[in-house]
Amino acid sequence: MNSIQKNRLKDQLFKFWGIFCTLIGLVLLIVFIGDILIDGISRIDWGFITDLPSRKAEKSGIYTALMGSIWILLLTSLIAIPVGVAAAIYLEEYSKKNWLSGLLEINISNLAGVPSIIYGLLGLEVFVRIMSLGASVLAGSLTLSLLILPIIIVATREAIKAVPSSIKDASYALGASKWQTIWLQILPASGGGILTGVILALSRAVGETAPLIVVGALAYVPFAPQNPMDEFSVLPIQIFNWISRPQHGFIENAAAAIIILLLITFIMNGIAVYFRNKWQQKWK
Amino acid sequence: MRKIKELVIEKSLFTSALVTIAVTVGIILVLAVEAVRFFSEVSILDFFTDTQWTPLFTEKHFGILPLLSGTLLTSFIAIAVALPIGLSISIYLSEYAPRSFRKTVKPLLELLAAVPTVVYGFFALIVVTPFLQEIIPNLSGFNSLSAGIVMGIMIIPYVSSLSEDALHAVPQSLREASYGMGATKLQTAFKVAVPAASSGIIVSIILAISRAIGETMIVAIAAGQQPRLTLDPTVPIETITAYIVQVSLGDVQHGSIEYRTIFAAGITLFVLTFLLNTLSYRIRKKYHLKYE
Repeated sequence: MNSIQKNRLKDQLFKFWGIFCTLIGLVLLIVFIGDILIDGISRIDWGFITDLPSRKAEKSGIYTALMGSIWILLLTSLIAIPVGVAAAIYLEEYSKKNWLSGLLEINISNLAGVPSIIYGLLGLEVFVRIMSLGASVLAGSLTLSLLILPIIIVATREAIKAVPSSIKDASYALGASKWQTIWLQILPASGGGILTGVILALSRAVGETAPLIVVGALAYVPFAPQNPMDEFSVLPIQIFNWISRPQHGFIENAAAAIIILLLITFIMNGIAVYFRNKWQQKWK
Repeated sequence: MRKIKELVIEKSLFTSALVTIAVTVGIILVLAVEAVRFFSEVSILDFFTDTQWTPLFTEKHFGILPLLSGTLLTSFIAIAVALPIGLSISIYLSEYAPRSFRKTVKPLLELLAAVPTVVYGFFALIVVTPFLQEIIPNLSGFNSLSAGIVMGIMIIPYVSSLSEDALHAVPQSLREASYGMGATKLQTAFKVAVPAASSGIIVSIILAISRAIGETMIVAIAAGQQPRLTLDPTVPIETITAYIVQVSLGDVQHGSIEYRTIFAAGITLFVLTFLLNTLSYRIRKKYHLKYE
């Protein structure tokens, strides 16, 4: 075999290795999900969703945890979306190139890399202790809002950047003020992109466990939260709690709750991808 | 009137942007204040040299080394899994795969990073550990090997996506020149495209390491709660993050030394990831405009 043939063979071998690597991740994902479906699907019925937690595995439901997750989702959206979008608009449309904008830029990129559990420590000290909100839904939502803020800001900036400047120029030429241009032209035009980023960020918040454990969310709450100051649990914490119990029944419960959590996560990701594709076509 | 309205709006948008600075300042202050209180009771020398971490026992030792070694061990295993696979994927997708294949596979791979980490913890403990025990009979129920491998699978898309973006940005002319000299795709990939995209690839690796160091739920579920200064991947260990979770789940009095240990552990973690993130930011800014 001469060196040309050798190189062609190496080339082919790498190609197969590349296909193998690409598929192995996906295959493992399918194996994992398949395994969880086998473990948990038979446990899911209406009672599993509407029952309160219990010491007996077969009587336990996810009602309080699911309600907790919905509360967290709503409050986090209310706090993080306005602040995140506003910050992104400022950075993209108002901020001048100076030391402050440089600092904001580095800072946001750094915040995106801070481990989520550190946000938990921040929330524990600032929201739970200093603002004495206790281990409430509000304290948890504020903590997660700070966690997803950088994701929302980065996504919103990308979306705003993609709006063609001709739209802006046309608006100014008609005598619109800066804010009118942003509110009536730029935001509607970049809405799809912003929505994609926001949904992805919220799906991250729904799956977060560690910062909420640090903030003091409970594994067992007898009732669903009624107002923002109530104590709470969320689906991932309920799952974590069930995994750490030795009895087999709880493992089955954990698998069943994971199916629900994955369903929520994948639906949110699916919606985000849908908006992204729809919005990308718009400027072509 | 209109001018005032515009000004008010601009100021409130500016305030929102300042929130991000406040978050960073908040994190640093909270960690520093509690850590200073911690180090007024525990000598900083002991913290870095003592080989035992037992703040929850009656005989207390405050050596961060066991937690640090646990964190580095699981992260090392994760990177050992994610780096070869992630890089191969990125090279395959950018140099070999048809465009349509890349467009379908990339978002699917990114799903791996969208799965909540508590779910990966379940896989590690319930699926991967029993499977590995068939091959390694003396593997404990909690171990860093299984947690590390699963964490590696989770961070594959961090390596593959960002590296693929970097490879994709390499101008086609460089490749064509290489093909023109008679090089194969493999030679072109490793001798032209990868070196040209090296800064982007390095950034993706650093971010993946930083992600692995800060990962919490997988190690809290599957790696155990026994701080131990060891490089043995088959025994239970504890990471910095898992320790913080362990203390948070228990009933620890605010203001006690046990309470402060989580902030001392937290600041160690923060400094570690901060250094890595800053490094990757520097590299990204420095080489960003190379081919534009």
